[in-house]
Amino acid sequence: MINFVGVSKSFGPKKVLAGLDLEVRTGETLAIFGQSGSGKSVLLKLLVGILPLDRGEIVVDGTEVTRLRGEERRAMSSKFGMLFQGAALFDSLSVGENIAFGLERHTDLSPEDVRQVVAESLARVGLQGIERLMPHQLSGGMKKRVGLARAIAYRPEIVLYDEPSTGIDPIRADAINGLILVLKREMGVTSVVITHDMVSAYKVADRIALLYEGRIVALGTPDEVRNSPNGIVQQFIHGRAEGPIASW
Amino acid sequence: MRFFRELGEIAILAGQTLRGLFRRPWERRIFIRQLEEIGALTLPVVALTAAFGGLVFALQTYVGFHRYVGHGSEAYGGPIISLGLTKELIPILVGVMVAGRVGSSMAAEIGTMRITEQVDALVTLGADPVRYLVVPRAAAAVLMLPCLTLFGDFIGILAGLFYNVILKGVNATVYLRNTLLYLQIWDVTSGLIKAAVFGGIIALVGCSQGLRAEGGAEGVGRATTKAVVIQSISILIANFFLSEFLPGSLGG
Repeated sequence: MINFVGVSKSFGPKKVLAGLDLEVRTGETLAIFGQSGSGKSVLLKLLVGILPLDRGEIVVDGTEVTRLRGEERRAMSSKFGMLFQGAALFDSLSVGENIAFGLERHTDLSPEDVRQVVAESLARVGLQGIERLMPHQLSGGMKKRVGLARAIAYRPEIVLYDEPSTGIDPIRADAINGLILVLKREMGVTSVVITHDMVSAYKVADRIALLYEGRIVALGTPDEVRNSPNGIVQQFIHGRAEGPIASW
Repeated sequence: MRFFRELGEIAILAGQTLRGLFRRPWERRIFIRQLEEIGALTLPVVALTAAFGGLVFALQTYVGFHRYVGHGSEAYGGPIISLGLTKELIPILVGVMVAGRVGSSMAAEIGTMRITEQVDALVTLGADPVRYLVVPRAAAAVLMLPCLTLFGDFIGILAGLFYNVILKGVNATVYLRNTLLYLQIWDVTSGLIKAAVFGGIIALVGCSQGLRAEGGAEGVGRATTKAVVIQSISILIANFFLSEFLPGSLGG
């Protein structure tokens, strides 16, 4: 279980998160949606220790994670797999080396086993036999799938998806959604999906949360969110410029 | 104020890099690639600059002796040329060349990794960005700069010899005897120590600017330019203090 308690984060004078509280249950897929720049990605980066927290705490399975350092931090990071918005594949490494990267650091597998797991992970995302390709030889959708294979290769308990359907066509985006559902079913992972694509959110999420002005203002099942009387929620899911949320 | 903040950040990075140097795992593959990038691939540039540095230094020394001491005294220029090259000119030339060729690419490569979230991905995959990106580059730079400088010394001294003996007809025996008699091993060593320090400066400034890059392609461009400017100025400032405080500055 992941618990965000009173989480605050500012960048200079700009307050991004303002005392946010949120609970992610073990085994569920929680989609967080909100405006661009509302702090959705920041939330994930605070969770995995990429950004330091200003105030509050983040507890993962009983351990407060934001103050972990060194070996403890590295051990905690093996619980997480993260798919970045642009996939963030290492340019200088081949597809196979990219996927092996986390395996070599988070597991004690032999080089032969690493090769096998790399092949299995690629097969899981439908991209067999491309270990030797370099990231610049891949399309946007392939990059996302390789990024996903890299994130799940070492079998993390929690998978974090930062805008998984952004930058790819609707058909490939739906394929990624399908993969999120398959991974949940087959690996039993807890997932947090950052998105502003409501179609994706309805498809993959057990619960959906709306982040607005640094706090969670709505939280519920896809049906509850869809039928919410909250004007902010309705404006967002229907993509209307007019409403309680200022358009700029 | 910003200058002191950046200086502080580089000092912190230097501390983290030193600590990372003694911890495992060692990123051997990146280290070897950097040795090749900083060392082998920079050799032609160093050879060219050292050759012309040696030639122009020999030219001015020849003119000086000829004009102020008199005809026949030019052969005494050998040790002066060698001393100037090994202690000052070659380490600085090598430092500035490596800063331009490799230091800038360190900032650009790491800056691009930063803005495309590859540095963030390192963290989630269990790698420490300083140990993965900075330590191998700093170790390779500290190791390769003295090697390049030694190579440059050899080329520079040879160019000086060529100018005096071949082009100006200075007595080769006297020129060489004077050079070998007055050039001390410490003169060469102090130049190599300077080069090692310059290597550390180049790597730390290049990596630190890359890690701080933000704002897309424009930000990476800014980080790259800034890295080369800071590296070059820092090398010149550090050179003065090293010349002043390293033993043997008065020829002892």
